[in-house]
Amino acid sequence: MKLTLKIWRQKNASDKGGFVTYPIDGISTDMSFLEMMDVLNEELAVKGDDPVHFDHDCREGICGMCSLYINGHPHGPKQTTTCQLHMRSFSDGDTITIEPWRAAAFPVVKDLVVDRGAFDRIIQAGGYVSVNTGGVPDANEIPIPKRIADEAFDSATCIGCGACVAACKNASAMLFTSAKISQLAMLPQGQVERMSRAEKMVAQMDAEGFGACTNTGACEAECPKGISLTNIARMNREYFSASVKSENV
Amino acid sequence: MSWVTKTLSSTIGRKLIMALTGLFLILFLTGHVSGNLLLFKDDGGEAFNIYAKFMTTNPAVKLLSYLTYISIIGHVVFSIWLSRRNKAARPVGYGVSTPPSTTLSSRNMGILGTIILIFIVVHMQSFWAQMHWGDLPVVTYEGEQYKDLFSIVSFAFQNELMVIGYVVAMAFLAFHLSHGFASAFQTLGLNHAKYSPAIAVIGKIYCILVPILFASMPVYIYFTQS
Repeated sequence: MKLTLKIWRQKNASDKGGFVTYPIDGISTDMSFLEMMDVLNEELAVKGDDPVHFDHDCREGICGMCSLYINGHPHGPKQTTTCQLHMRSFSDGDTITIEPWRAAAFPVVKDLVVDRGAFDRIIQAGGYVSVNTGGVPDANEIPIPKRIADEAFDSATCIGCGACVAACKNASAMLFTSAKISQLAMLPQGQVERMSRAEKMVAQMDAEGFGACTNTGACEAECPKGISLTNIARMNREYFSASVKSENV
Repeated sequence: MSWVTKTLSSTIGRKLIMALTGLFLILFLTGHVSGNLLLFKDDGGEAFNIYAKFMTTNPAVKLLSYLTYISIIGHVVFSIWLSRRNKAARPVGYGVSTPPSTTLSSRNMGILGTIILIFIVVHMQSFWAQMHWGDLPVVTYEGEQYKDLFSIVSFAFQNELMVIGYVVAMAFLAFHLSHGFASAFQTLGLNHAKYSPAIAVIGKIYCILVPILFASMPVYIYFTQS
């Protein structure tokens, strides 16, 4: 395959940045999108140019590290992660525009790499369960209905990649935050810190400068893990009820 | 900050205000369209004028009207507050942005709302202000005097531009409601396998039926009174 790549290049956080066009040849349809980027970077390295920086880690679609806004879609045209996107999704001669996630809360570090530390800080604010370690508990000691377990697991499949923020016209992090609140709010283990979790995680989400939700559903449509908007409704319920009932005046 | 202001100034809290004021305005529209159906009664405006007097003098209706004014102002103020935050959340835009599988209305609620607000100002100036402070002709039904609002309404809609303006404004209202109705319930957290499909269907019917009924009034008056 012969392609034209239009890639966002930015030296550092304070650089203005801009698009640079690279022609590339000899791309196999079996390559993943990131392997195609590797081919480009090898060519750039041979020429003595600075390779294009992009985030990646497991390349198995489970770590949430890869990003890239490809031709107007986070993670490209398929509902999967960029690492699981293959070049057969494109045609010979295509022009592919590659941009970093765009959000005030996700500042560009270099080229296509953005700092998603805001998500870590939202998790640190309350996205955990405090447990006292002790003896190994018996299996099925705490009964959880199958339907609830499934729903909590669906929320827990969020890999925190930030595609929801990238897709949202308001750069809102509500799909991410709601999935992380939901996965614990539905389970018995999450009950102790349930109210403070909702209050603290929403407060941190706002403090990071993410936008609000307009219920367009763009996040749900672009999420590589298919996290549903029902999570956002649940987060709103959790937040309202925590605001009204908690002892935090 | 007290817990109330903290909650209501959070992004979710601001959305709560948008949803509650929006739903109250939906209730208001239902009442407004029902009452105005009296315009279709072929009695020279008698029933409409009696209704208009009731609506401007009854204490219970007065209370509701103040709630309506507060809702309109609240809906506008909070939408501006939210929009400014949302704009600031993405200072640098994308080079390529393919609209995803979302509706045009949901992405442009602010623009639709601004057009509707302009319409509301013109509409209130034309009729609401006239009814309250205007120098209206007086009619007498069964010995009691009434302001003849009907004459003002039927005169206004002799004008083609007024009629076209009203019909277009109602089209914008339909698009605004097509997203706003169900969206308000989602914001309130009412997303449920049993009720959400019903809310979606009622929302679709409402966003078509109510604007059509409103738009048919100036059209009807234009063709029957001129």
